[in-house]
Amino acid sequence: MTPEIAILTAIILPLIGALVIALAGRVGPNIREAATAVTSISLIFVVWGLLPVIIDGGRPSIEVSQVMPGLSIAFTVEPLGMLFAALASGLWLINSLYSVGYMRGNKEKNQTRFFACFALALSATMGIAFAGNLFTLFLFYELLTLSTYPLVAHKGDAATVRSARVYLGVLISTSIALFLPAIIWTYSVAGTGDFTEGGILAGKLNDPEIGLLLGLFAFGIGKAAVMPMHKWLPAAMVAPTPVSALLHAVAVVKAGVFAITKIIIYVFGIEFLFEASSAQWLLYAAAFTIIAASVVALRQTNIKRLLAYSTIAQLSYVVMAAAIFKPLAELGASLHIVAHAFGKITLFFAAGAIYVASKKTEIAQLRGIGRRMPWTMAAFTIGALSMIGMPPTAGFVSKWYILAGAFEANNFVAMFTIIGSTVLNAAYFLPILYMVWFEQEKEGGKEHGEAPLLAVIALCITALLTLGFFLFNAPVIELESQIVKGFG
Amino acid sequence: MDLLAHLPVLQVVVPMLSAPIIVMLQPRGLAWAGATATSLVSFAIAVALTLAVLDGQAVDYAVGGWPAPFGITLMVDAFSALMLLVVTGASAAALIAAKPSIDQQIESARQPLFYSAWLLALAGLVGIVVAADAFNIFVFMEISSLASYILIAGGPDRRALPAVFKYLMMGTIGATFYLIGVGLIYMMTGTLNLADIDARIGNVSDINPLFVAAGFITVGLALKAAVFPLHVWVPNAYTHAPHMVTAFLAACATKVALYVLLRFDYMVFQGNLIEHVVQFSMFAMPLAILGILVASAVAMFEGHLKRLLASSSIAQIGYILLGASFVSVAGLSSSAMHLFNHALAKGGLFLGVACIAYHYRDLRLSQLGGASTRMPWTCAAIVVCGLSLIGVPGTAGFISKWLLINAALQSGSWGWLLVAIILASSLMAVVYIWRIIEALYFQEPIAGEAKISEAPIQLLLVTGIVAILNIYFGLFPQVPLALADSAAVLLLEGVL
Repeated sequence: MTPEIAILTAIILPLIGALVIALAGRVGPNIREAATAVTSISLIFVVWGLLPVIIDGGRPSIEVSQVMPGLSIAFTVEPLGMLFAALASGLWLINSLYSVGYMRGNKEKNQTRFFACFALALSATMGIAFAGNLFTLFLFYELLTLSTYPLVAHKGDAATVRSARVYLGVLISTSIALFLPAIIWTYSVAGTGDFTEGGILAGKLNDPEIGLLLGLFAFGIGKAAVMPMHKWLPAAMVAPTPVSALLHAVAVVKAGVFAITKIIIYVFGIEFLFEASSAQWLLYAAAFTIIAASVVALRQTNIKRLLAYSTIAQLSYVVMAAAIFKPLAELGASLHIVAHAFGKITLFFAAGAIYVASKKTEIAQLRGIGRRMPWTMAAFTIGALSMIGMPPTAGFVSKWYILAGAFEANNFVAMFTIIGSTVLNAAYFLPILYMVWFEQEKEGGKEHGEAPLLAVIALCITALLTLGFFLFNAPVIELESQIVKGFG
Repeated sequence: MDLLAHLPVLQVVVPMLSAPIIVMLQPRGLAWAGATATSLVSFAIAVALTLAVLDGQAVDYAVGGWPAPFGITLMVDAFSALMLLVVTGASAAALIAAKPSIDQQIESARQPLFYSAWLLALAGLVGIVVAADAFNIFVFMEISSLASYILIAGGPDRRALPAVFKYLMMGTIGATFYLIGVGLIYMMTGTLNLADIDARIGNVSDINPLFVAAGFITVGLALKAAVFPLHVWVPNAYTHAPHMVTAFLAACATKVALYVLLRFDYMVFQGNLIEHVVQFSMFAMPLAILGILVASAVAMFEGHLKRLLASSSIAQIGYILLGASFVSVAGLSSSAMHLFNHALAKGGLFLGVACIAYHYRDLRLSQLGGASTRMPWTCAAIVVCGLSLIGVPGTAGFISKWLLINAALQSGSWGWLLVAIILASSLMAVVYIWRIIEALYFQEPIAGEAKISEAPIQLLLVTGIVAILNIYFGLFPQVPLALADSAAVLLLEGVL
């Protein structure tokens, strides 16, 4: 398979998978789950098969349709997108394992729709990762919103539909009202929307406008959840936990920060932005989001909502790192996309496992649960430590590089934000860990053991990945070093 | 080939002569088969004509060999070809799908008459598009209007009668206004052929009657085209008409009037009347903007599925008019493109409505519970067409919206405000489409829901194909785009 064909296959394969899953749903759940497994394994082969090409400096690209003069559907693989695609496709397989355990353990309805939409969402994610220009990115960005809507609204009762409305409302309206004008503006100023090394806007836009355009992008990409566009993420927590785990810790939210990072590097160009005084505000907006979301997280009593606010803060780490506009910081941003993905998916898996096993959703109910579910809670602990950024977890690695980037730019705001947020993260995760392991369970609670085996296997794998990334991050760093020239 | 040269006239003659034959096809099903076959032939002719004009050339045809300006002439260029595709395509698609729905709504004895009226409406609409002189446009407009009154009133819904009466009144006023305008022009220039008018209008002794004529013609056609605030006949007529009739007429009827409005104004007035460009712009733009905003807002609060979509149609007419009001190539090509894309989206939606109405008697949004589980394919098609109506990228609707926004940006210092309005109305479209989606997917099933199954296969299949076309033309819009671009250039030839 040539790399060009591989790109198209990566996008079409989950689409076909969705169709097969929808049809197999009539035959029986085992056939359907087999279809999911086959699709996700073949997707890994296709996507990871591209890795050597990219590491060797290849940038395969393919144009599908010239929709209008200057406006085309085209794909190009570069290191950042490669990393995102590899991450999402890899975690999809683990998440599918978990989903089967979770959905069956919970006896959820409409499982066929669930798995089909999941595959559709993955197709959109691949499209975002490999998008070669702004228009293609936008196309798949909207497709991702639409394909995840049925997943968020899965339960179908009045409260869920209301939350799903918030989800869709925020994401669609920000994308139409801000993201789309930003894209049109870019096309009309630069004459193109292709992602190009060094950017396409340098010298074509002056100072106040640079900041304005950056703002349209940063807030228009609602998936990145920079405050005040973050409301959809807590609302999305009504979805079944596997959705929160893969989509609202990895695919959807990472698509947001990925898009912002990619636009900063390949549309604006970091040197251009570093010199532009009107572009500096993004760092403060992200820093504010980090601190504010962490403070809100402190006051949450529901596990999933706490994780949602923690995600909002962690996403803004990526945005803030990207907004330092220095090579080391961009590297830190890309590493944090991976590091946070491993840690947060583990935490969500654990939250879901707790729910399946015990129907517990509140933090206060977790007293002493470590003894009943040792594997799950061990994984939860690793995930939480990674959020705080303690060695030997993945979170430490990315924070290290973001801090290094902040030093490189002499940016004290970024440094203090990272330090402050580390303290806040510790303040809301450590008490939970203490409660889980060292306090006594309330008398008369429900007797329960571990969650379904498939779910436990999945969360152990991601916990190991979180630990493993601390030691074996060299290939990723090598790959991502290519995203900015003049690095090091 | 000889036959090929006669395509423009065959386009009109085939449905018109088939209409009386259809009346005689009494045995059950034959009338439908005849009408469908005729409509497919019409569509094939339209495709052949499109291929002939794709390179930007116009095809002229003198009926009976009498040369212009003495005889009747027909003319097909890129703009008319695009319109012909829309009209004949909508008719063919609706007719193929129509049988189960029509069998349910119209008793079999009256069906031959009904199909015959359908073909007359089709003949009238394509006649308007190909006619090259002002009076024949009027004749065909009357044919299509009278036939569509019959179609709309032909269903079992008695409320269609007052609706059609209102339509008849307003339609007649519109046609009369148009005729008055044409009369004034004839008085001053002594000719009815559009090209000839264009040539002679510069030499008239007094320009004032022409301004009056322009006013009458514009308002008359705006009435027919349901331009806000002359749209009041639309919601009831669309809501109470037989479902398949709505699918056919909503896709193309008002657009044909708009087509004449643009053709007349650009070809005859704008190049020749001083300051008429500004007049037209100042007249059309505020109405377009008001139409977009008000009708979208009304749609957001409509409780009835068909009425909601009818309101949305008025807003979409506003988009088309807005593009035209820029008087630029970019603006006109976005208008022409939206003519095509909106026909796809709205036609698909009304086909979907017909599928749903096959089982659901009450089309209020609150009464559609359980549709998604009982009719999953129909609902999926409605979602796709709805997304196209919103203008989500990857669907046909996005293409015209993108073009319109670009045209607005080029239109001058107010461009950003217009973009804001277009985007705001897109958001309103999200709201009203999502009300439909929530009604279909997330409501308690209605009583008797268990007996409901998918719509009949032919109805469903056509709906599905139209939905797929909405995606296809969102990814590969090259052909309609080429037509729209050359239509815009042709229209502006005499103006700029």
